[in-house]
Amino acid sequence: MNNPAHSTATVYVPRDSAARSVGADEVAQALQQAAARGDFALDVVRNGSRGMLWLEPLVEVVTPEGRVGYGPVAPEDVDSLLAAGMLDGADHPLRLGVVDELPWLARQNRVTFARVGVTDPLSAEDYEAHGGLAGLRAALELAPADVVAEVTASGLRGRGGAGFPAGIKWKTVLECADELKFVCCNADEGDSGTFADRMVMEGDPFMLIEGMTIAAHAVGASEGYLYIRSEYPDAVATMRRAIGIAREHGWLGRNILGSGLHFDLHVRVGAGAYICGEETSMLESLEGKRGTVRAKPPIPAVEGLFGRPTVVNNVLTLATVPVVLAEGAQAYERLGVERSRGTQVFQLGGNIARGGIVETAFGITLRELVEDYGGGTHSGRPVRTAQVGGPLGAYLPESMFDLPMDYEAFAAAGAMVGHGGVVVFDDSVDMAAQARFAMEFCAEESCGKCTPCRVGAVRGVEVIDRIVAGTHRDENLALLEDLCDLMTEGSLCAMGGLTPLPVRSALTHFPDDFLGGRRLLDIQPVRATGPKTEGTA
Amino acid sequence: MTTSGNDVTVESVVRGVVARHRGERGALLPVLHAVQAELGHVPQEAVPVLAEELNLSRADVHGVVTFYHDFRREPAGRTTVRICRAEACQALGADRLVSYARESGLPLGETAADGSVTVEQVFCLGNCALGPSVEANGRLYGRVGPARLGSILNGTVSS
Ligand SMILES: Cc1cc2nc3c(=O)[nH]c(=O)nc-3n(C[C@H](O)[C@H](O)[C@H](O)COP(=O)(O)O)c2cc1C
Ligand code: SF4
Ligand code: FES
Repeated sequence: MNNPAHSTATVYVPRDSAARSVGADEVAQALQQAAARGDFALDVVRNGSRGMLWLEPLVEVVTPEGRVGYGPVAPEDVDSLLAAGMLDGADHPLRLGVVDELPWLARQNRVTFARVGVTDPLSAEDYEAHGGLAGLRAALELAPADVVAEVTASGLRGRGGAGFPAGIKWKTVLECADELKFVCCNADEGDSGTFADRMVMEGDPFMLIEGMTIAAHAVGASEGYLYIRSEYPDAVATMRRAIGIAREHGWLGRNILGSGLHFDLHVRVGAGAYICGEETSMLESLEGKRGTVRAKPPIPAVEGLFGRPTVVNNVLTLATVPVVLAEGAQAYERLGVERSRGTQVFQLGGNIARGGIVETAFGITLRELVEDYGGGTHSGRPVRTAQVGGPLGAYLPESMFDLPMDYEAFAAAGAMVGHGGVVVFDDSVDMAAQARFAMEFCAEESCGKCTPCRVGAVRGVEVIDRIVAGTHRDENLALLEDLCDLMTEGSLCAMGGLTPLPVRSALTHFPDDFLGGRRLLDIQPVRATGPKTEGTA
Repeated sequence: MTTSGNDVTVESVVRGVVARHRGERGALLPVLHAVQAELGHVPQEAVPVLAEELNLSRADVHGVVTFYHDFRREPAGRTTVRICRAEACQALGADRLVSYARESGLPLGETAADGSVTVEQVFCLGNCALGPSVEANGRLYGRVGPARLGSILNGTVSS
């Protein structure tokens, strides 16, 4: 059953931490042991994840047909897979087919995620062979103002939540005369349901380095900081190694690619504070202070890190810049709808059958994401709601799932796209408990600078408890409304300002849960036992 | 990760750490992470030394140490198990893990009597499509049910 006639087979096993969380390391080890015993000739390459997370660990074998996938593979499956001829792409119950042709993946429009899961994240050769550095080389041919113009023309908006046009922010920094300027990448990714930043850092770190270097050239910055949350140790380690490799190759440091551009990059690790994802709070934290929010103006573009002009962008924003420069603003701008141009990296999580990364042009509906891509719930029970845009985003009822995913359409419907995270819940969810959690989270994570947020959130928890207990329900409902108004109007930042969004959406769309009219279903979630759904969409 | 109540040791550790981070801008966070990595927590005695070394007031240093969830004032158990309680994991029954831990005598935030393990909550580990998620000693686990949590806790207790 071995493959003596063949040259050594190349087998990909992801090193992404989600894949590792369900056994990818053990699978890689089992494969390497088979090779060490001399039974099979194979090399294991640890790639990023393709983002089909329900199929992890997803093992791919290079065949003349293409990369054939098997998954989800448990370590104990490895012997039977090898015996069946996996190294030649042979049939097996876990065989999925050629990975690039799986409908779930083939239907997407992978722009930012084009290389993630395809290459070895820390191979500089792989990176260049798959189009890496083309954007930086193109940018270095241009004057800074022309790079900024290109980014502006692409319509690229910040992917960290607020959706501010990247080019306009860069232009402000470029026009500041200071000698010292910074580029800061916001890799705090604290929102529940979001993991795309992590996957970029673990799966294609050079792309982010390239994007930050282009930003440095565009605005005249010489130093960069990458602020990564401490909950992401694998991303921290991968980025540190990638930065070292990039320096060795002359992609960072002095005279980058012989161009005369000097730029170096440092990783800083957060310390478990959600609010440090807010840009001014992140800057305070980078300065070694408590992560309290600064009032704006001055905006960070003018007075940012250590008082200097600073570009602050999200991971996905910066990681998308290389492809914009490499392929031109028009190619990017052609994708999307209205003022939401290009692609968005949606992240499907929570109680969902097929969770993972769906990168596609803006304008796809929530229903397509949850039902077609996601395949409904993991538990097999009916979908009741999805929270879109993180803990500060609205809970939407199933009746609103035909909403197109674009910034303006969501805003008009009283919701937000945010960082593109979609968290699905089945019918066992108690929406009063979710609303209470939103207030609790705000109370826990508030930076403490302003009263509506710091005190209001604590009051919010108490008021919801009284409503659910049936104590002076009408008065307390009115009080909760007032409190939400106060927090919305009186908070310095979106932590306090947006917490009313999940609370109010829960109240509006699921009032029964607050009124004791709906007994919480005391049911154990049922396992999905239906037909195999892998690779369909 | 040994801890020592000895002032001289804390002081020398802190001075050593600061020396290594001297060239960095706004170095207090990396310094605190390094102190915690060496001592297991940031002891009160470290605060005046940090203030002196970094030319800050004690109140400033104290303010930073207490602001961030990561920095501990007291040593934790030999291992820390963190259960994700954010929305995506809630949707998959994260609270059952919290109940399980509590019923096993390990309520959130407390350290086992034998000092083996501390169970804590965390808000999102970036594994939201494969929840409920748990992290133990820097290792991430996905699709964790009560039984798997039990073996994770046992594994840390025996090691
Ligand atoms: C409470 C709060 C948390 C935030 N968390 C993040 C985060 O984790 N990552 C991020 O990129 N932006 C986050 N933001 C948005 C940032 O303040 C900022 O808008 C963004 O980093 C700018 O980059 P972009 O224009 O590329 O999106 C947060 C904002 C608020 C108010
Ligand atoms: S709204 Fe909350 S988090 Fe934002 S500045 Fe005010 S207290 Fe801080
Ligand atoms: S919500 Fe638990 S890992 Fe993201």
